[in-house]
Amino acid sequence: MRGRRPFFRRQKSCPFSGADAPKIDYKDVKLLTRFISERGKIVPRRITAVSSKKQRELARAIKRSRNLALLPFVLD
Amino acid sequence: MPYYESVFVARPDISAAQVEALTESMKEIVAGNGGAITKAEYWGLKTLAYRIKKSRKGHYSLLNLDAPAEAVKEMERNLLLNEDVIRFMTVRVDELEEEPSIMMRNKGAREDRPRRDHDDRPRRDHGDRPPRDAAPAEASGSAPSEAKAKPAAAEGDEK
Repeated sequence: MRGRRPFFRRQKSCPFSGADAPKIDYKDVKLLTRFISERGKIVPRRITAVSSKKQRELARAIKRSRNLALLPFVLD
Repeated sequence: MPYYESVFVARPDISAAQVEALTESMKEIVAGNGGAITKAEYWGLKTLAYRIKKSRKGHYSLLNLDAPAEAVKEMERNLLLNEDVIRFMTVRVDELEEEPSIMMRNKGAREDRPRRDHDDRPRRDHGDRPPRDAAPAEASGSAPSEAKAKPAAAEGDEK
């Protein structure tokens, strides 16, 4: 499919929308680690397909988590 | 009264009982100012993501508060003064969680983790390279005794 249409991109949907979407919570380290890079940075939403509202919420949760040392500021 | 969630991290060299006592004292402070702690959780000694005041670990505790702002302020002041507390954060929430928080829920499910790595690996070895797989399979079938004999021979060579 990719060969025929080189610039076709599959429509991605926000992982936090829908019926059984996970709730964004600063305590949920396991969930939040999926949205930080190897370096510990917050992954841009163009890659993770998170909606803009949820990305703001997510960023807030990650920052709270970092303050409590549940997540690192820098990872190397 | 507004709802709050408060997490504090205590120094690793105090005991769990002392953390419990600390939680109790916070409860009294909040109650004294006309509030209530609806739930207190102890998450245990966890590794910090980075060092805080030279400690690498800390006792995490969560408090759910239903209290006026003054009570929260007074509690935070006491946490700030307490030498055993290395970090705390209070967040206002729309509603308090009744059930155990995600931290407590994940504790029990921790045993599941190692299995995931397992599943991915073998598939590759099976599908891709039949000739390589076939040779050792024949060898092991014909001579288990040979395999046993080999290490002994190798040892002899070394000496």
